[in-house]
Formats: sequence, C-alpha cells, structure tokens
Amino acid sequence: MERQTHIISALVEHKPGVLYSVSNMFRRRAFNIESITVGPAEQKDIARMTIVVNADERILEQVVKQLNKLIDVIKVSVLDPAASVVREMVLVKIHTPNSNVRSDVINYVNVFRGRVVDIAPDSLIVEITGDPDKINAFIDLVRNFGIKELARTGVTALSRGLKSVRI
Amino acid sequence: MVNMSGAEALVKALEKEGVKHIFGIPGGATLPIYDVLYDSDIRHILVRHEQAAAHAADGYARVSGRPGVCFATSGPGATNLVTGITNAYMDSVPIVAFTGQVPTSWIGKDAFQEADIVGITTPITKHNFQVQKASDIPRTVKMAFYIATSGRPGPVLVDLPKDIQIDHAEMEFDDEISLRGYKPTYEPHPIQVRRAAELLANAEKPMIIAGGGVIASNASEELIRLSEKILAPVATTLMGKGAIPEDHPLALGQLGMHGTLAANKLILEADVLLCVGMRFSDRTTGDPKKFCPDAKIIHVDIDSSEIDKNIKCYLPIVGDAKLTLHAINEALNVVLKEKRTEWMRKVKEFKAQWESSVKEGFTPPYLMKVLREILPKDAIVATEVGQNQMWAALYFKSYLPRTFVSSGGLGTMGFGFPAAIGAKVARPDRIVVDIAGDGSFMMNYPNLACAVSENIPVIIIVLNNSVLGMVAQWQRLFYGRRYSQVHLGGVPDFVKLAEAHGAQGLRAETVEEFRKAVKQAIESDVVTVIDVPISPEENVFPMIPAGKSYEDMIVEGS
Ligand SMILES: Cc1ncc(C[n+]2csc(CCOP(=O)(O)OP(=O)(O)O)c2C)c(N)n1
Repeated sequence: MERQTHIISALVEHKPGVLYSVSNMFRRRAFNIESITVGPAEQKDIARMTIVVNADERILEQVVKQLNKLIDVIKVSVLDPAASVVREMVLVKIHTPNSNVRSDVINYVNVFRGRVVDIAPDSLIVEITGDPDKINAFIDLVRNFGIKELARTGVTALSRGLKSVRI
Repeated sequence: MVNMSGAEALVKALEKEGVKHIFGIPGGATLPIYDVLYDSDIRHILVRHEQAAAHAADGYARVSGRPGVCFATSGPGATNLVTGITNAYMDSVPIVAFTGQVPTSWIGKDAFQEADIVGITTPITKHNFQVQKASDIPRTVKMAFYIATSGRPGPVLVDLPKDIQIDHAEMEFDDEISLRGYKPTYEPHPIQVRRAAELLANAEKPMIIAGGGVIASNASEELIRLSEKILAPVATTLMGKGAIPEDHPLALGQLGMHGTLAANKLILEADVLLCVGMRFSDRTTGDPKKFCPDAKIIHVDIDSSEIDKNIKCYLPIVGDAKLTLHAINEALNVVLKEKRTEWMRKVKEFKAQWESSVKEGFTPPYLMKVLREILPKDAIVATEVGQNQMWAALYFKSYLPRTFVSSGGLGTMGFGFPAAIGAKVARPDRIVVDIAGDGSFMMNYPNLACAVSENIPVIIIVLNNSVLGMVAQWQRLFYGRRYSQVHLGGVPDFVKLAEAHGAQGLRAETVEEFRKAVKQAIESDVVTVIDVPISPEENVFPMIPAGKSYEDMIVEGS
C-alpha cells in the first residue's frame, strides 16, 4: 500500500498529560509523526491537535482507532486535503551581508506574501505562512543566501465551510 | 457533601464501589490511607512483593468478574507493580491500582521515593490519573472503576500524592461522571450480524475461535448455543480456555503455537472462521500472511482497534461478545444438520486422534489428566509460564469459564502463584491450584508467607525439571542442544521450602503418589506445595515454531 501524508484533526481534553499520552501512543505503536501542533480549540476546556502522519491506508486506520481509544481524546477526523485549509508558519533568519542580497530577499518575501519582521545589520528575519509546499519552496530559494536559524510551527488545519470537526 | 480527609474519602469511595479486598504493601506515601484502612471492613491482604499485589488483583478479577484492587507506596512500591499492571493490560483484566506519591509540592524535585508512575504506566494502562486535589478523589475513583470494567476491560492506575490524602475537603460521592471521549460500543450493527449469520449458515466447514472476550463478557452460554446450532467446532485461545467445556463434542481445545492436534489441523480446512473476543496474537496466528488465507474471517471484538490490526478480516463486527453471539443466534433460524455430516466426522476423528495421544505414565500430560479426574469440575487452575503452562492448557480440561487463569499476552513467570492467591480470596469456596514450573515458582514463592499467614489455602504443583524448561526446549529444537543458562542447578528442596514457611510440603514421584498428594492437599485444606520431579528432557508438542504457519506444525516424534 502506498504511503501518503495525511492530516488528522483531533479534539482532546485540554489538560496536563494528554499530549504525552498521544505522543506515547505513537511511539509505542511505531507510528511516525511528521508534525504535531496543539492549542486551545473553540471551547475552553478542549484543545485541538493537528497531527501530520505519513502512512498507508491500513496504518492510517490504526492511527485513528488508537487515537480514539485514548480516553482523553474526544474526536478524531482525517481531513480531506481538497476541502481543508492547511497552514504552517516559518520564521527564517537569513544572512544578508550587503544591500544586494537584502533586496533580493525582500523581493522573494513579497512574492511569497511574507513579511520581514526584524532587520539587523547583516540579517533579516522573515515570516512566511502557507501550506507546507509553499514553505519548502521558500526555504529552498533562500538557502543559498545562508540560513542562520529557522523555526517552523508544524501544520495546523481546519476543514472548510459546513464540514467541521466539533463535538 | 461531607467533610473528610482524602484518605477517608478514598476508603469510602472504595466501599461504595463494593470493594471487599485489597492486595498491597504499605509505605511512607500511603500511611494516611492505611491509617483509615485500620478501621475499615475491607480486608487487606499483605503480600510480600507489590508484583504479587497486582497479580493477585488480576487473578481475583479473572475468576470473579469483579475488579481487583491493589495498593502500593510511591517509588519502588509503585514500580514493583509495573509487571503486574502490564500483565493485566495485555490480557484485558480490570484491576485498579492505587499508588502513593510524594506530596504535590515535591513532585518533580526527585524527592525520596518519587517515581513518575503516571508517566511509566501510560503505555500499560487503559487510563491513569494523578489526583490534584482531595475533593477530586470520589469522582476519580468512580471514573477509575468505570473505565477499568467497561468496554474492553483493563487496568487503571490512580496516583495519590500524600498531601492530598491528608487534606480535608467537602466530598461529593454522588457526582455523575461524564467521559465524553469514552463511549464503548456494546451493540453490534444489525446488518453486520445478519451478514455473519448468512456466512455461517452457508459455510461448509465453519469454525469458531473463542478468545478472552468471551470469558470477559460471560458469553459462554451464547457461544455453546451457536456452535451447536451451526455445528461449528470451537477452538479457544489461551485466554478463551473454559469458554466451552472441554469435554463438549465440539470443543477442540487450544489453538496456535501449542495448539491441540484437533484445533491446529481443522483450522486449515475451515472455510468460515468466526473469531470472537480475540486479537490474533502471534501465538495464535503464526505467520500472519499465511493464517488461513482461504477462510472468510468474521472478527467480533468490542475494541474497534483490534479489527484489521494483525489480520485483515472479511467481516468486522464491533460489539460485546455476548450481545453479538446472542444476535447472531437470533438471526440464524436455519437448521442444517445434514449439511455438516462430513465436517462433523472430521471433528470427531481429529479429536479422537488427539485424545488418544496421551499415554499412561509419569509424564506431565498424563499428570494433567489425573489432576482433572481428582479436582471437582469448578476447581480453579492457575498456571505459571513455560512448559507447565502449555501442558496445563493442552491437557488439563477446563469445564467452566473463569476457572483457568494464565498469563497470556505477557507470559509472566511468577504470575500463577499470586494469581492463585487472588483467585482463592475471591472464591474461597473453590479449590485453587497453581500449576507451576520450578523457575517460575522461584520468582514469587516468598508469598508462601502471605498465603500461610492470611490463611489462603492454595495448592502449588511444581513440575520440577530443574531447568527453565521452555527455553531449554527451544535450545534443544532450534539451537542444537546448546543449553545456555537454563539449568537451575541449585533448585531448593520445595518440600522443606514449604515447611519453612509453615506450609505443607509433599513430594510425588509416581502417578500414585501424585494422586495421593493432591487428595491430601485438598483434604487438609492448608497451603500445600507438591514437588513433582520430572525429566528435564520433556518437550511440549504439538508446536508451531515461531514465525511459521499451521502447515509447519511439529507433532511428537516427527
Ligand atoms: C519474567 C519472565 N522472565 C523470563 C521469561 C522467559 N521464559 C519463558 S518460559 C521460561 C522458563 C520457565 O521455566 P519454569 O518456570 O521452570 O517452567 P518450565 O518451562 O520448566 O515448565 C522462561 C525463562 C518469562 N516468560 N518471564
């Protein structure tokens, strides 16, 4: 079976230990997590976890079932990529030794609809938001200038329109 | 609402859950609780190692169907429970473990006897809690028992920091609990049930595999009814042993790595397999790619994550074993006696072949038969792990559910004796026997002191081969008899060992002596160890070597 990237959206109890039990389950069952993001959801005692996994259909089904089996996991859905908004943010500190490089970088940032959020004598910090492919493309583009530091948030996502993952 | 301490609330909450027995050992971090227990009617059984507390709670739960409870102090007390909790987790046994913890203000500071037992037990419990304030205790206890006993049962751990045991608070015991992330499915889907009934009715050679889920949901009656109705022989996994009386004409006995000839041969011919409350462990399937490739598998389990986990099935049914078997029975109204004559002839033939394979003599298989003749139908047999366990599983026939107690998923040496203690506490009216190997018994025999001082008269039969027999068997068969670290040269004199603990010690070196010793143990009604010296060269057959398939079964002498 073919492996593919899947995005899972899970609503969980917003309390200590839940992230641990989720990540522990992934480790114990030898499922790979590509990224995991967590934050409060629409209701204050519930958090939303967005988990990206690379798996074939059979493993994906197991991942969903094993997540559902955890007592503190309330609801689990696999998002349809075509019907979801998928976003990730990256902060990149780029080496800009002279004004030529600096203006090249700023041009790229504009094309990617990003923002320059900090300027120092020989570097810039750039913020780009988009789907992971767009972020990969940007990183590839500026790699030659010299990336001093980079931080990606991991993917977060919601399904579009009427479809929603709620309790 | 009542004002009381956390420890008082804990004991009251346990009483409200109907807890009558606790297995444990006290310590610094549980002193407040033990002070309250001093005045409680709950009987506390002081074991000699916390592993035994968990195993005893496990044995207690298996034979009674009620949750077993064990207590340990923080740190080493808690970590000593780990093997026992894992054992209960692997075999889906409802136990609730309570551990003391250092005071909340000390958590994370590497305080004396601090261990992160919640972190440690996350992958080996169905769920666990660390109570954050005294007033949460009643609700947490309620949730712990509910989670442990509902759906697919399993162990739950509750960690209680010491300050919370001491703190006073207004306690509410009648709170409704709500667990929005936990809704077990009991009722099977009617369409799936109908499809299963059709498949079974139209099968030429149907067979049922019953696992621990049949025992856990008390579904024996429904199982037997269905097998008789559709004329399907029933094989059991180790956990399902006793689901159908093993003297029933349709009972094939255990299936798998050490399955009976009848079960392991017939499964190769079955065209529809109804697998109920079992999880296709490697000990049952062998090479999963070669497991009954031509049979249509109907998989019934209460835990949806078991469906298609190890073996892809033809028809999944998520639901309780009892309700599902009942529903399939209801949906089946055909009578098909004629159709199965050839299949029934085969069942009879293979069963007879298997039964006749046990020859009279001072051998473990024959001793199991002798033991069966002596023990009453409802006696409870626990086992240790290794050859002793497989001999018991293969040759000691169980007639009733919840009378065979064995460590299945974890294969824990040292389980049987404390589990037998727990079983006897739950069922003092029954005779309880632990069929042991010398290696396994040595892992937990100090609990002889517990059994004697608490007057829990269990019988331990040590099949004493002076080796780690099952490991020796593998070394004999697959490692050219290079016996590496399996000889237990210094096996103690088990008769004297028993006597040193105040128990009765007997030795049996012939079949007649064995008979006599078992009878004496039963009649004297005291803790008894029967030392049975056997040959270190015995093998357990049939055997399917690890990773192989049913076609590769080795039968005695082949
Ligand atoms: C706690 C534990 N340690 C090691 C093993 C590996 N093991 C499986 S069977 C066995 C030998 C058991 O010896 P004994 O209790 O004497 O029983 P026998 O096989 O001789 O009947 C061992 C060491 C185990 N199952 N459990």
